[in-house]
Amino acid sequence: MTSIADPTAGPLPAKRPARGGVAAPAITFPVSGTERELRLDLFRGLALWLIFIDHLPQNILTWLTIRNYGFSDATEIFIFISGYTAAFVYGRTMQEQGFVIAAARILRRVWTIYVAHVFLFTIFLAEISYVATSFQNPLYTEEMGILDFLKQPDVTIVQALLLRFRPVNMDVLPLYIVLMLFLAPILWLMRRKPDIALGLSVLLYALTWEFDLYLSAYPNGVWAFNPFAWQLLFVFGAWCALGGAKRMSRILDSNITLWICVAYLLAAFWVTLTWYVPQFHHLLPRIIEQWMYPINKTDLDVLRFAHFLALAALTIRFLKKDWPGLKSPRLRPLILCGQHSLEIFCIGVFLAFAGHFILAEVSGGAFMHFLISVSGIMVMSGAAWVFSWYKRVGGKTGSGAKSQKAEADLAGGDA
Amino acid sequence: MTAILFMKWTGLIVATFAVLSGSASAADDAKPACDVPAYLLAAESRLTKVEDAIKVRGKLDVLVIGSRSSSLAAATGTPLNNALPNNPSSVSGPPDAAYPSRLQIFLRDKLPSLPITVTVDVQPKKTSEEMVAELPKIVAAKKPDLVIWQTGTVDAMRAIDPDEFRNAVDEGVAAMKAAGTDVILMNLQYSPRTETMITTAPYIDNMRVVAQQHDVPLFDRFAIMREWSESGDFDLFSPSPGVDLAKRVHECLARALSTFVIDAARVNPAELKPQ
Repeated sequence: MTSIADPTAGPLPAKRPARGGVAAPAITFPVSGTERELRLDLFRGLALWLIFIDHLPQNILTWLTIRNYGFSDATEIFIFISGYTAAFVYGRTMQEQGFVIAAARILRRVWTIYVAHVFLFTIFLAEISYVATSFQNPLYTEEMGILDFLKQPDVTIVQALLLRFRPVNMDVLPLYIVLMLFLAPILWLMRRKPDIALGLSVLLYALTWEFDLYLSAYPNGVWAFNPFAWQLLFVFGAWCALGGAKRMSRILDSNITLWICVAYLLAAFWVTLTWYVPQFHHLLPRIIEQWMYPINKTDLDVLRFAHFLALAALTIRFLKKDWPGLKSPRLRPLILCGQHSLEIFCIGVFLAFAGHFILAEVSGGAFMHFLISVSGIMVMSGAAWVFSWYKRVGGKTGSGAKSQKAEADLAGGDA
Repeated sequence: MTAILFMKWTGLIVATFAVLSGSASAADDAKPACDVPAYLLAAESRLTKVEDAIKVRGKLDVLVIGSRSSSLAAATGTPLNNALPNNPSSVSGPPDAAYPSRLQIFLRDKLPSLPITVTVDVQPKKTSEEMVAELPKIVAAKKPDLVIWQTGTVDAMRAIDPDEFRNAVDEGVAAMKAAGTDVILMNLQYSPRTETMITTAPYIDNMRVVAQQHDVPLFDRFAIMREWSESGDFDLFSPSPGVDLAKRVHECLARALSTFVIDAARVNPAELKPQ
């Protein structure tokens, strides 16, 4: 069985020693065995926790998630870091073993994610079939009409396999699948002309907005995360991984950037505040409101993208790679979750379904909400720990060759 | 040894659940207060036509246009004295426990000196866009002072493109205002059991946007019901609560809505009483 995680190794590109010689210094990779970039793991773990909490009904912990304090949310972090790590891992494969092998590995990974998605869909189907037969609340006769699609499983299931029918909370993996599917050509170009690759991505994003490109969904509507737009974050992550971050380091270190970011984040926070505290609402000038709304999540609104960039810039500036806290046991659960992102993501979606189920069948109540959120996070962390342990043990028992393979595994290969 | 440990844990878990469900059912027994925090009922936009109707014309006609959640199909409550006028052309319900009829009672309670009617026009399974075509006709026929347009549920269930939804609501509000009536928008119900199946956020957001653009009040039914669910006033998760819960929720919605209407019309009931 392959490892389905794609954890990252290697230091931050900004500090990576550039080794000239190949096509461009930007696309060389550090020799394996270098230290992991724990910040990526940390923030991907954090994104996974936040996605889980956002998928549960609103409760106290929901107020801790970043979407309440600005425009962007955990999805942006997840997609960006996924782009970064995927480019990093498969970029190295491409450099060492050539395009064909790297592309084959990428496709195998796509298949793994697809299977995970179908698995989650099965669980979802089980849950709602149960709800459909057991739920009789006259208050919600209208809303229960949503379950009518269960009457034609032949169509529904086929549409789900085609990724066109996606229940709520199951939108991220299809996006991830589509993005990974195109990773091989993106990487091929990115390793030669990184700026052209990024430029094409921006162009596609602009065309999406100009010509309203979308993927249709079943039974109607569009993909909740438009891949034509969201690819920008993914490709941008890849671009950063292949040397972009290093080239941007001067911009990132400048104080002007710092203050622009701070100002933008504060402005975004203030706008979000008007959503929750309507008393502040009249303080928002009408003209800004008309220019700004609606903030489109489906097509990755520029305001959201900018908000993510500002957050990322501040994070890189203030949370240094060698911050000792990254090794502290308190952050260990987050980092472990980030290192096994696909498994933990799936467990998170499953736990969110289970959480809904418990809230519905056992008891509602704020305390129960809180308990479910916290125990969900504990289960995710525990599972991540087990995955690491399993991988570690698998690595130790084998011969030299085997442990070498495990090493590659840990460093982010999917072999 | 492990068996004993296992049993201990099982016991502990069972006991926890027993306590939790016990406390939950204890909360159910108490009559719901269903208070609404002031900020959820604060309307900046004014209902000038309603104000005019109450203060000058001394007569108020309200029309509720909505989808099925504006009615209570299974409700067979005791007939109320203040029956709604039946309208054969629409699916206007008989005297029932749904919030429009209850709204009429609350409004009459608060403004006893005025003749007040609340009629309801339920348009089941119609998206906002499908309703928009009907709106001018309905408003022209009934000439209400205020239309409460409850929408968004069917759009969310059919996953209508949020942009198209926004345009439809926008068009509908504009048409009704042009026809000379005040408008209140009412958004979706908070429905925790279908939360994993229906994406509500874009529809709620877009209704807020349209309300702001047209300066019409938005009755945030979703937030209010969620507030009740969180404060324990109502157990909206309950799988088969019977019709009683639905009636109480509608009763509470109607009460909040009556306050909302009167506040947005800037009417002080105390000043009207001497008449």
